Amino acid sequence: MSASPGTERDRKRVVEPGVTARSVTAHVSDLVLERRTPLWWWVGFGLSFGLFGLFLVAVGWLFIRGVGIWGIDWPIAWGFAIANYVWWVGMASGGTLISALFFLTRSDWRSATSRIAETMTVFCVACAGIMPVIHLGRWWYFYWLFPYPNTMALWPQFRSPLHWDFVAILVYVAGSLLFWYVGLLPDLATLRDRARRRWQRVLYGLLALGWQGSSQHWCQFRMLYGLFAALMAPLVCSIHSIVGLDFAGGLTPGWHETQFPPYFVFGAALSGFAVVLMLVIPLRRALELTGVITLRHIDVLARLMLTASLLLSYCYLIEVFMPFYRGEQREITVVTSLLTGYYAPWYWAKIVLNGVLPQILWVRVLRLNRPLLFLVALGVVVGMWIERYVIVVGSLHRNHSESSWFVFVPTVWDWATLAGSVGLFLTGFFLALRFIPMVSMFELRELLHKKKAEGGR
Amino acid sequence: MTVRRGTGHSLRGRLAAFDSPDAMLESLRRLRQAGFSRLEVYSPYAVEGVDELLGRKARALPLIVVAAGVLGAVGGFFLQYWGMVVSYPLNIGGRPLNSWPAFATSTFELAALTILLAGFLAFCKFCRLPRLYDPIFDAAGFEQASQDRFLIWIAEREGREDGELLQRLLPNGEGVRIDEVPA
Repeated sequence: MSASPGTERDRKRVVEPGVTARSVTAHVSDLVLERRTPLWWWVGFGLSFGLFGLFLVAVGWLFIRGVGIWGIDWPIAWGFAIANYVWWVGMASGGTLISALFFLTRSDWRSATSRIAETMTVFCVACAGIMPVIHLGRWWYFYWLFPYPNTMALWPQFRSPLHWDFVAILVYVAGSLLFWYVGLLPDLATLRDRARRRWQRVLYGLLALGWQGSSQHWCQFRMLYGLFAALMAPLVCSIHSIVGLDFAGGLTPGWHETQFPPYFVFGAALSGFAVVLMLVIPLRRALELTGVITLRHIDVLARLMLTASLLLSYCYLIEVFMPFYRGEQREITVVTSLLTGYYAPWYWAKIVLNGVLPQILWVRVLRLNRPLLFLVALGVVVGMWIERYVIVVGSLHRNHSESSWFVFVPTVWDWATLAGSVGLFLTGFFLALRFIPMVSMFELRELLHKKKAEGGR
Repeated sequence: MTVRRGTGHSLRGRLAAFDSPDAMLESLRRLRQAGFSRLEVYSPYAVEGVDELLGRKARALPLIVVAAGVLGAVGGFFLQYWGMVVSYPLNIGGRPLNSWPAFATSTFELAALTILLAGFLAFCKFCRLPRLYDPIFDAAGFEQASQDRFLIWIAEREGREDGELLQRLLPNGEGVRIDEVPA
């Protein structure tokens, strides 16, 4: 495959010539069933598992000593844990947007990337879900958030955005898992039928639930998948809007903004597309998937990242403009503090990484330069974490009462929890790489048939 | 002898395997015209046109999903109403107890949750999953149906000898193979 494709037709190709339904099925399932575990997998998994161990240590120490091991204190009671939470759930949303929204638009580039995106979502949501629980001072009471009959005759406060968020994240965990699993069923059946070792037959036989691929099965499957996609697309927007409302619902200057729900959704989309790019770019080489994940996919994802970056930049402008437009003194204090104060380096880092750097993607040559694109995506992922950090900490450190102004300094345990959660994500993702087909085989078979019927690709 | 299995059809019959979905679809059309009514198609992906020929339509699933959504929304709202208005009313500055706009987001989320769960359960029910073993799995070459072959299962008809008719309708060769399926 050439690095710089010649014609317009080459650039639009979602499948390289020579790829057939049979070769895709054989290659993708052999990656799981037959191929010896490659060295890069062991190295990657080892490092990830090490980081995951760090997470266990950090959370274990937290459970023993309490949240005092972190840098949080009044008035900055929301530190890394909440920033991490918003960051992870945002990246998860990007995966669902690709798999659900672009299913509804019938985009042909979605088929090859949806599985990677959905798998990414599942493990991001896992990381996200843990954060608010460990952030509770008395985490063992987290079940008080459920409206269960109790002898104290108490109810959770349903009117609080924080409780909306609890409900939303719960539904999102269930939704992303089910959407992922239903989409996997036909491929698990393929693995079951191709498996030669006994443990593989038993494992995939159980997971495939006895899928037959009969017309009855496909008919129900297509209906269910369409319904799920139609539900997941608005659901994912609602999830991140509600995360935005966690902040907007408070009176803290800088948070109390009507633009927060869409602001957060745009940020979620940006970070999600960036993570998918960061996974797709190395994986298409490592798993030899360049035939089905083409430059077209890279191009589309890069354009989406650019679009999301523009949307988010608009919100950044509004965020600075509104306090001055309204003339609210406290809000002006917060904004000037962000622009010039203690957190200014963080603030400007987020502007550069999320708003300025992605602008190079206007140029096609740069957009298709994978190492460069990978770095831009990495910048966005880091930048989005910084954005969440600045939102959480920046507003709290200049709240209404001047006597309580304070600066948040993260401790080593804050950083350990953040790095450890990356380990948790990567550990899960590496395991998925080994045991789950990373490309939706049945969707590609259908796509190949359609492309053939349309006459050449 | 007809053996009824959980899938609702007798498995005694013949299995014709095709290399291409178009050849399979064409043969299916011919079989329908020749009066065969108990047919099933097994394919590695959903082939456009099969549902129409076999009269398949997932009518119930969307209805169940809508009903579940309504139930989830009503139930979810009632849960919040009951907790905040009836069981544990809190007077905060005289604000109305039934603050429905604040209940709206959780109502939507709970409706989504019931849709997801009911949709998946209904799907399992209609597809008779999980069902780890089905006699069709024993048919020769069935494992190809999840990879690259397109199968038509033709039920044996009581008191009729269809062998010759099928040989005419589905000529062997050109990627077509007909196997007997034992009951």
